[in-house]
Amino acid sequence: MIPVADQVRMYRQMLLIRRIEERIAECYGEGKIGGFTHLYIGQEAVAVGAIAALNRDDNVIDTYRDHGHFLARGGSSRALMAELFGRETGICKGKGGSMHLADAQHYFYGGTGIVGGSIPIAAGLGLASAYRDDDRITMAFFGDGATNQGVWHEGLNFAKIWNLPVIFVCENNFYGIGTDVRISSAFQEVHKKAAGYGIPGYQVNGMDVMEVRRRCEEVVRLVRGGAGPALIEATCYRYQGHSMTDPGRYRARAEEELWRKRDPIPRMAKLMLAEGTIEEAGLQQLEREIEEEVEDAVKFADESPEPSPEALFEDMYHERHPSDPHA
Amino acid sequence: MREIRYYEALIEAMSEEMHRDERVFLMGEDIGLFGGTFRATEGLMAEFGGRRVRDTPIAEAGIVGLAIGAALGGLRPVPELMTMNFAVVAMDQIINHAAKMRYMFGGQFDLPMTIRAPGGGGTQKAAQHSHSIESWFVNSPGIRVVIPSTPHDAKGLLKTSIRSDDVVLFVEHERLYSTKGPVPDETEDLLIPMGVADVKRAGSDVTIVAWSMMVLEAVKAAEILAGEGIEAEVLDPRTLDPFDWDALFASVARTRRLVVAEEGWRTLGVGAEIAARVQESLFHELDAPVQRVAAADVPTPYARNLELQALPDAADIVRAALKICT
Repeated sequence: MIPVADQVRMYRQMLLIRRIEERIAECYGEGKIGGFTHLYIGQEAVAVGAIAALNRDDNVIDTYRDHGHFLARGGSSRALMAELFGRETGICKGKGGSMHLADAQHYFYGGTGIVGGSIPIAAGLGLASAYRDDDRITMAFFGDGATNQGVWHEGLNFAKIWNLPVIFVCENNFYGIGTDVRISSAFQEVHKKAAGYGIPGYQVNGMDVMEVRRRCEEVVRLVRGGAGPALIEATCYRYQGHSMTDPGRYRARAEEELWRKRDPIPRMAKLMLAEGTIEEAGLQQLEREIEEEVEDAVKFADESPEPSPEALFEDMYHERHPSDPHA
Repeated sequence: MREIRYYEALIEAMSEEMHRDERVFLMGEDIGLFGGTFRATEGLMAEFGGRRVRDTPIAEAGIVGLAIGAALGGLRPVPELMTMNFAVVAMDQIINHAAKMRYMFGGQFDLPMTIRAPGGGGTQKAAQHSHSIESWFVNSPGIRVVIPSTPHDAKGLLKTSIRSDDVVLFVEHERLYSTKGPVPDETEDLLIPMGVADVKRAGSDVTIVAWSMMVLEAVKAAEILAGEGIEAEVLDPRTLDPFDWDALFASVARTRRLVVAEEGWRTLGVGAEIAARVQESLFHELDAPVQRVAAADVPTPYARNLELQALPDAADIVRAALKICT
């Protein structure tokens, strides 16, 4: 049974991610955000439900579509927005941008712009836990596209042979940029790939935050208990293009509409209203709070200074040497 | 002082650091039960067990990726890539991830990891097993490149690398493993700082800067040159990143002549950068153009005569020095 307060918190997180992403799209259009920006709209239930099953000091590592996981992990919306604006108050001091959010305080080891690149690193984080015999587990988020990369297979193999406490969470949104998973993948049902490594694979409806959380809690219990790695495939859908520059012409409108009917946010609102977890007034109050938080984040980012010229040469090494580049 | 072999110096360095720090562990292909393809981890599994000396699958990108994760998780991994050739397989993990994570995450994480890998040719292993590609890594910011030429330097620099909180690529050489040299006994905690060059032979007429196997060739060349009345100074930077430019510039300012000797390919090699920097800083001190001795820009061939022709040696260094000293 998921406590009432947790249900409201998960709903709030999903709504925050949705609204902040919508605002990010506007800011991108205004030229305030540059580079590649990949929105998480539609997939919110996966990050929120899965991360809610973790302890505060468990590790999370991510792919480039990382705004949602960053927020679900407890990252600050101000530090997120300032990072996207390229400001020194950003979570990575403006050096990472959209694809490279990381948050040491929340054991969030970052987005990577290299598809699949985080998978062996996730296994390595798991190795650190196994080596020390601590109680922590690592959760790695990635897309269906990553499962065709060589290092994905290397990472799963390592995790199994060394019995590492790692949960691989595939967000299967059925498209690697614009290529249908049926074109790119021998198995479209990603959870079946786990069998190749003797790892249990589970499939979950990634549009239902309650289902994601319940299943993740079960798997977390097993993995923390020493059962070794697991793979969870969450089927989901991104409502926007792959990135801000993608109009999404490769998808049928009917398919998009079908998935919009499964939107995880109204679904959760409906459930909570039906069960009396929250009243309509409570939902409206959350909307207002979130609108304020998002506007505060934008204002904070807008008013924050750009990184100083000296920052160009900082943060590269722990120990600097005279021959290192400097101002 | 006692004399030990290069690979024995490496074993001592790893053993000492593993005794000193529980977080230090080794991983790599055939490093445990097998003892390492070049014997550089021999005996360590017996000493420390399978938890700290970990045999891995043949999966170089995975090995480096696991090491990155372990380093982020607070350990101090020392992954071995069986040869530098396989570093090419792991290039995404080394360059896109290990070398960049600290900077692109705004300094939030340290990655204390030392990737060991032997490079070099000259043993007829042909095109895919004869790489000296240290310049690739020097070209990439965010990773230290340590490349010692003697057992003494190998031990002291490997210990320093393992204690470093940054990503280090520690480049060994297949033909150096069996070379012998003086190393203080194990009661001394031998540590050599990065970025400090060492004069392997003093001289006043020409500076030869060389690293790894080419230091041995440079010393041979200096002896031949001495017969011609030319006293060459052999300077070994020992680490290519950081680089001891002060030592190099001071030596060249005295000798007024410079030969760069490297086993890697000539075009855009480390020698190209050295030559460029020396002319930027010491143009008016130079009596002659900087000479580059390097491998021919071809995949290393198998046939012995062609391999010898492709790779630089003492005779090439002598020729280059004579060209600017007469």
